[in-house]
Amino acid sequence: MNTASASVPRDWSPRIVAFFCNWCTYTAADLAGVSRLKYAPNVRIIRLMCSGRVDPQFVLDALSRGADGVLIGGCHPGDCHYVEGNYKMLRRYQLLKRMLADLGIEEPRVRLEWISAAEGEKVQRVINEMTEQIKALGPLALPQKFAEWDREVIALARELRARDAAAGPCPDRAAPAQPVEALHA
Amino acid sequence: MNRPNDIRIGFYVCHCGHNIAAMVDCPAVAQYVGTLPGVVLSRDYKYMCSDPGQELIRQDIREFGLNRVVVASCSPLLHEQTFRSAVEAAGLNPFYFHMVNIREHNSWVHTDRIRATEKARALARAAIERVVHHKPLEIVKVPIHPDVLVVGGGIAGIHAALTLANAGKKVYLVEREPSIGGHMAKFDKTFPTLDCAACILTPKMSEVGSHPNITLWSYSEVVKVDGFVGNYTVQVKRKARYIHEDLCTGCQDCIAHCVYKEPKFEDLFNEGLGKRKPVYIPFPQATPQVVLIDPEVCLNFKRNKNPDGTPIVSDKCKKTCVEACGEKRAIDFTQKDEIREIKVGTILVCTGFKTFDARRVPAYGYGIYPNVYTALEVERLVNASGPTGGEVLLREGKNPDGTPRKPRSIGIIHCVGSRDKKTNLWCSRVCCMYSMKLAHLLKEHTGAEIYNFYIDIRTPGKGYEEFYNKLLEEGTHFIRGRVGEVTDWAMTPEEEGKLVIRVEDTLAGVVRRIPVDMVVLATGLEPQADAPEVRRLFNMSCGGDGWFLERHPKLAPVNTFTDGVFLAGCCQGPKDIPDTVAQAGAAAAEALALIDRGYVEQEPNTAYILEQECSGCKSCLPLCPYTAILFDEGRQKAYINEALCKGCGTCVGSCPSGSIVQKLFEDQEIFSEIAGVLAGEPAPAEPS
Repeated sequence: MNTASASVPRDWSPRIVAFFCNWCTYTAADLAGVSRLKYAPNVRIIRLMCSGRVDPQFVLDALSRGADGVLIGGCHPGDCHYVEGNYKMLRRYQLLKRMLADLGIEEPRVRLEWISAAEGEKVQRVINEMTEQIKALGPLALPQKFAEWDREVIALARELRARDAAAGPCPDRAAPAQPVEALHA
Repeated sequence: MNRPNDIRIGFYVCHCGHNIAAMVDCPAVAQYVGTLPGVVLSRDYKYMCSDPGQELIRQDIREFGLNRVVVASCSPLLHEQTFRSAVEAAGLNPFYFHMVNIREHNSWVHTDRIRATEKARALARAAIERVVHHKPLEIVKVPIHPDVLVVGGGIAGIHAALTLANAGKKVYLVEREPSIGGHMAKFDKTFPTLDCAACILTPKMSEVGSHPNITLWSYSEVVKVDGFVGNYTVQVKRKARYIHEDLCTGCQDCIAHCVYKEPKFEDLFNEGLGKRKPVYIPFPQATPQVVLIDPEVCLNFKRNKNPDGTPIVSDKCKKTCVEACGEKRAIDFTQKDEIREIKVGTILVCTGFKTFDARRVPAYGYGIYPNVYTALEVERLVNASGPTGGEVLLREGKNPDGTPRKPRSIGIIHCVGSRDKKTNLWCSRVCCMYSMKLAHLLKEHTGAEIYNFYIDIRTPGKGYEEFYNKLLEEGTHFIRGRVGEVTDWAMTPEEEGKLVIRVEDTLAGVVRRIPVDMVVLATGLEPQADAPEVRRLFNMSCGGDGWFLERHPKLAPVNTFTDGVFLAGCCQGPKDIPDTVAQAGAAAAEALALIDRGYVEQEPNTAYILEQECSGCKSCLPLCPYTAILFDEGRQKAYINEALCKGCGTCVGSCPSGSIVQKLFEDQEIFSEIAGVLAGEPAPAEPS
C-alpha cells in the first residue's frame, strides 16, 4: 500500500496515537518521565481507564485522520485492574490485525503491548522501536490517499460518462442529472 | 459532530518552574491555544498548582464566565484532584475540567524543544476538543465497611493492627505461620540501641492476642479477595493445626508426653539449628499460645496422603498426647482446613520478606563448609532462648574434651545477595547495621577477633553512625573489599583447619587471606517467594525488583494502585524496624482516614445503556467481570447496575450498536481527542 514512500516529504516524522490504560502503561509513562528516560516525541498519549475500552473504531479513526501508527498499552495478562479487560482487548486486537492486513496496513503500524506500572523503561523502548519501524515504513497518509482515490474514482466516472455520451443516446437511460463529483460525495 | 453552544474555555499552561518551561515554549503554546474555537482566555503561569495559580482559575471562572477549564501541567494522577477542587470552588462542576500531561509525558522525556512544543500543542488541542463534550457529573458516595484486614503478623502487621484496634476498629489479623512475630521474633537484640527484641515485641504480641478488637487468625492464609474499596469480601483458609484453638490452654503437657521422648525434627523457627517434636509450639513466646501437630511426621498420620493432599489419620499411635490433654480435649486428628469469609472495608498488606538463599553464591561455601552460617542462624545462636541457649558453638570441630568448640576468629561478609549484578542489585539497607550488631554480640559472647568485610558501610539512621564508631573503638576489624571466596585450602600452617577468606583489601591495595573459625554471611532481603501470587490476590503491582509498588514514592508511599489496599513493612522494600513501624503506623492512619470519613467517593466514570439504542443482543453481558450488566427479559434490553460498575469501559468498546456510554470517556470525547492530537500540520522536521 505504501506507494507514497517515493514522495516522502523531507521533513516527515511519524505521528503515533497511543491508548494507554490508566493503571499500568499510563503510570509507566509517568514513571519514565519521573526517571527522565528520553524517547522519541512522536507519540500522543490518550488516557483510558482500561485497554478494554479501546474500540477498534478508535484505531481506524486515528489512522484515517492521519496517524502513521497506533500503540495500545495494557496490563500484563492476569494483572488487569478490572480482572480481564486486557484479554477482551487482545481478542479484538487479533481480529483487527486481520482486518488491517486486508486493508494493506502494515503490521508494525498497530501494536499492542503489555506494560506494567513499573516498566518505565519498556515504554521508552517500545516507543523508540515503533517510531523507528514506522520511519522505515514511511507515511501511511490515509487522508491523502483517500483524496487521491476519490480523484481516481471521479476521473473513472467521467471517462465512463464520456464514453456513454460518445455511444449516443440510450433508450433505457435518462440523461445524467448531476455532476459526477456530487455522485461520489 | 454536534458541538454544544456557548462554550467558554479557559486554558492554562504551567511552567512548573523550569520543569516544563525548559523544554516546552509555554507562551507559544498558550498563544496557539488562544486561537482555537471556544477558547476565551489562554494563559501561561509559573506554578498552576500553587495557591495563586488555583486562585487565578477561580477568578477567571467568575470574571470571564468560563464553563470549561483545561490545565496543561503534570500528570493527572498527581494534580487532577487539586484542579477539580479549584474549579468546583468557583461554582463549576469539577468534571468540566480536563488535564493535559506535558511534564511526565513531554518535557521530562524529550530533548528537542521544537518538537516537544509541537507535541504540547497537539495534546492541548486534543484536550480543548475533548472538554467541549464534557458533561456535569455527580460523584457517587459509597459507604465503607469499618472492619480492617491486616495480612501478615510481623512487626508491621502487629503495630498496624494494634493502632487500628486501639482506635476502636475491628481488625482481622491473618498470619501464615503458627505464631505472629515474623522475623523480629527471631532476633536477639535490635540495633543500634541493643534492646532485646523479645522485650519490645512480646508485650505487643500478647496485646494482639488479648485485644478485644483483634481477631487473630494464625496458621491461616488469604485465598480470595472480591469487591472494592470499602466493601471487600475476603476468604481466609484456616489451616488445620489438629488442635482446637479455643480449647488449648498452652500448657504444653502434650509436648512433654509425646511418644517421641526427644525432639527429632527440624525446627524451622531456629533455622534448622534445633529440633522439635511432631507436636510443638514454635517458640516460647508464641502468640497464640496454642500448640500444633505436624502431620508430616506425627505417628498418628499415614505417610501417604489423600489425592487432594490432605493427610490420612492412621490411628497407629498410642496418642499419649491426647491422654495428657485429658479433659481439655483440645487435640483433634480429624480437623480439616476451613474457609472463613469476612467482610472488610480496607486491607493492609504487611507480608514481609525472605532472606537471600546463601547457596546461590557458592564461592562463599554456605552448605559446603559447616562453619559458614547465615546471619539469621547466628541471631538464633546468640539468643538466650535459641537452640544452644545463647552459646556460640561451631557446627564442626570439637575441643580436646569432646565438647563443641567456640570460634576464636569470625569473619562477617557483607552484601551477600545485595548490590550484586549476579543476584540482587538493591542495597538491603539493614545488613551493615545487623552485621555490626552481630559483631558486637559475637565479641561479647566469645571474645573472638571479628573481621567485617564490606563494600561500603551504610549507616543512615538515628544513632547508626555512632554505633559504627563504637564498633571501631571496640577493636572490630573492618576490611574494605568484596570477598572473592571462602576456602578450606590452607597455604600456611596457621591456616590449617580454618576457613580462609580471600579478599582484595581495596584500601591497602593488596589481596589478603584471613583465616577464621567461623564465617557469617550477611544475607540480603528479597521479596517473598509467593509475592507474585499475593500481588494478584490484592490487585497490586510489583516493581521490576519484585517488591510491592506504592502508588507514589513520596505522595502516597503506603497506598497501592488499588484503593483501600495499603502497604507496610518490608513487602514494599527493605527497611529496618523503626522504618517498618513508622510505615505501619502510616498505613493504619490512612486506613483510619478512609474508615472515619464513612464513605468513599467513586470516580463517576461508570457506564450506562441508552435504552432506545440497545438491540438486546446480549454481547455485553459476559464481558463484565463484576456482573454489573443485567438483562431485562420483558423489554429485551440490557441495563447496568451503576453501583457495581467499576468504570473500565470494556462493554462500551464492544457494543455493536454503540449504545453503551462511559461517563468521562464517552465515544465523542475520545474521538475528539483523536482528532485533536492529529489535527493541524504534521510534525515538524527532525533536526539534521
